[in-house]
Amino acid sequence: MKVVLQHLTKIFPSRNKKDKNAEVVAVNDFNLEIPDGKLIGLLGPSGCGKSTTLFMISGLQAPSSGSIFFGEDDVTKLAPENRGIGLVFQNYALYPHLTVQQNILFPLQNLKGENRLSKEEMLKRANEVAKLVQIDEYMNRKPSELSGGQQQRVAIARALVKMPRVLLLDEPLSNLDARLRLQTREEIRRIQRDTKITTIFVTHDQEEAMSISDYIVVMKLGVIMQTGKPQWVYDDPANLFVAKFLGTPPINVFTGRVEGEKLYIGEEEVLDVAGAEDQEVYVGIRPEGFVLDRKGKLTCAVSGIDVMGRDISVVSTSASSLNPVVRSIISADEMENITGDTVKFNLKQHKVFLFNKETESRVYFGRQVAAHEEMVARMKEEGQFFSSHEGPLPKEMVEKAEEPAQEKKGMAAKIKGLFAKKKSESAPEAEAKPEDETSQSEGE
Amino acid sequence: MDTERAQKPVLSKEEKKILWKARLSPLKAWLYLLPTLVVLAIFTVWPIISTVRMAFLADVRDVMGEQVYTGYDYLKDMGGMYDFSFSFENFAHVVGYGGFKTALTNTILLTVITVPISTMLALLIAVALNSIKPLRKLLQTIFFLPYVTNTIAVGMVFMAMFQMIGPIKSPTSVGIINNIIEAFGGKPVNWVKEGSSYWANMTVLIIYIVWNALPFKILVLLGGLQGVNKQYYDAAKVDGASRFRIFWRITVPLLSPMIAYVVITGFIGGFKEYTSIVGIFGDVRMGPPGSIGRPLNTMVGLVYDSIKSNQGEASAAALILFVIIFAVTMVNLYVSKKKVHY
Repeated sequence: MKVVLQHLTKIFPSRNKKDKNAEVVAVNDFNLEIPDGKLIGLLGPSGCGKSTTLFMISGLQAPSSGSIFFGEDDVTKLAPENRGIGLVFQNYALYPHLTVQQNILFPLQNLKGENRLSKEEMLKRANEVAKLVQIDEYMNRKPSELSGGQQQRVAIARALVKMPRVLLLDEPLSNLDARLRLQTREEIRRIQRDTKITTIFVTHDQEEAMSISDYIVVMKLGVIMQTGKPQWVYDDPANLFVAKFLGTPPINVFTGRVEGEKLYIGEEEVLDVAGAEDQEVYVGIRPEGFVLDRKGKLTCAVSGIDVMGRDISVVSTSASSLNPVVRSIISADEMENITGDTVKFNLKQHKVFLFNKETESRVYFGRQVAAHEEMVARMKEEGQFFSSHEGPLPKEMVEKAEEPAQEKKGMAAKIKGLFAKKKSESAPEAEAKPEDETSQSEGE
Repeated sequence: MDTERAQKPVLSKEEKKILWKARLSPLKAWLYLLPTLVVLAIFTVWPIISTVRMAFLADVRDVMGEQVYTGYDYLKDMGGMYDFSFSFENFAHVVGYGGFKTALTNTILLTVITVPISTMLALLIAVALNSIKPLRKLLQTIFFLPYVTNTIAVGMVFMAMFQMIGPIKSPTSVGIINNIIEAFGGKPVNWVKEGSSYWANMTVLIIYIVWNALPFKILVLLGGLQGVNKQYYDAAKVDGASRFRIFWRITVPLLSPMIAYVVITGFIGGFKEYTSIVGIFGDVRMGPPGSIGRPLNTMVGLVYDSIKSNQGEASAAALILFVIIFAVTMVNLYVSKKKVHY
């Protein structure tokens, strides 16, 4: 089932009636066409509105404006139970007093009229779904007697049993430990492939989204920043936010400038950037974009080397870097070439992204221009699931999110939206330590 | 030799000090508990022991077998120095009274009728209160009022409400309940006055007791409801469950620990019912004016009745009540173990 979101907007009213400005725009004019039978990852930092979007698709939250279509049906005003969706909650929300089987049967027992199945059919359906998610041996256990991963699968089975048109997963993996998470995400991938149900899942973990999604949607402050196949988005970020959000270790960002088609970081001329106009830029360099070279043009002060087996990660510092450290990944064979306190790099052209300092939009140069155009053409050919946010977010929006106001933080869900937005400002920081990101798992 | 030395390590002064401190620290806990323990011992433990002793005191008889003293009076006269003999006489007397059967029937009837009604009502009100936002605090306060008002005083108000004075439809007919019944075209009922029927009396009592029992139950259930994760309801909504099904399949099971608690304490409270009857009918007659034989007496009433005449029998009656409550609570716990999901 194709899912189309048109101008979807969600505004949480201000708690304080006098202060109209305190209202929170959780989702801002969201336009998206999700192709049939694909697995879509909604990705963004906490508070970017991804869960709100999911809950609006589910019908648990009503949009402030805009509409939602499943195929040709307008479901905007439809109650959740009439939309034909399956929803898996972050903490599963399995009924603790019912056995696994009763939990899975619950949605079927709610069906009325001609949709109602006979008892045998219900049991048959429940068993089929249980087999699909591989929990059929635990049918008579209570949820509390299952591990987190098994509970997760029961929740998926309960969502699948009524054969939904769309399956929605809200941070499905954030309550699992690292090993289970890897295993369960493969499981979700497999189940989705088997059932071919259009699946939308929400996550703040870019690695998770990249690894199992057909397409990812990167969001910030309720606005789509970029959509597309994970690898495309990674290779061709449309703006600084997307570049910073994807990738482990995170991209290294420097301040620099373009002068006469040459890129300068600090005083060093590091790259030819044919076609780029003179301007102040942010330079994003993927860790794998560095090449160790004694005659290299970018100089950094070495502060340590992390050995990771096949590769090593050179941790260094540079005055122009916005991150506290510059991380570059090079082959372990080159370790012996690192001597002394400084290290010199050359840059791989296709791993260097320039962003205008004002708008934070991408500045294409050299071969990137053609590559980008070719990519866009191919995306359009393959399903037109591509869009990107050009230009900066409205200034007042960003400022509002940065405001340290809202003393009453921690108060209930409505404020949570705003509270979470504040959190999103710590995103760059979180990216410096991506392993910490998982700990900010509370939804918005 | 060597091993012996190892077993008895030589301790320095400081080490010994620490050791003693560690040994004494449990005593400290007892020290803090002492005031409460003393009070409990004097006012709870000893009276319980004493009650049991008094209940089993044998009457004192002369050679001809005539009763001279009740066991308790003799004990009192002897200044507590009395080598008592064990007997079930007091129990036999209590059970033998004409009023015992009435009291037991009334107690059981009132409990068995009021506890389910008040629990169901409290559950419905709690769910309703939980689902509304405006006026919630106000309504909560109104429902909580009976809890903070005096039982006897409210009992008298109830008596006034169910009054029927003078000929019907005359200005002297003041009972508001009968006025309402008349307004709907019904026939006024003699609720509490002379010549009123047993079941009319019981109806008034049941309404009063249910109303009086509601606030505590609502409070407990509302607290429980607020602790239920909202996501279960979201999940149920997505699963298309009707309100009725959500109530029976989700709310009630998730609240079952609170419901069990409310039912058990309700049964215990019901068996101890006494003040409401005193409030409405007065402690002299324990029934409508003109009635004889205390037709609305309860077990606790029986205990109070005998206290003035024979404390041994009062103790026996109290023990009988205790055994009943204990048995019923055991049954309750047994049932809740099977039905309650913790």
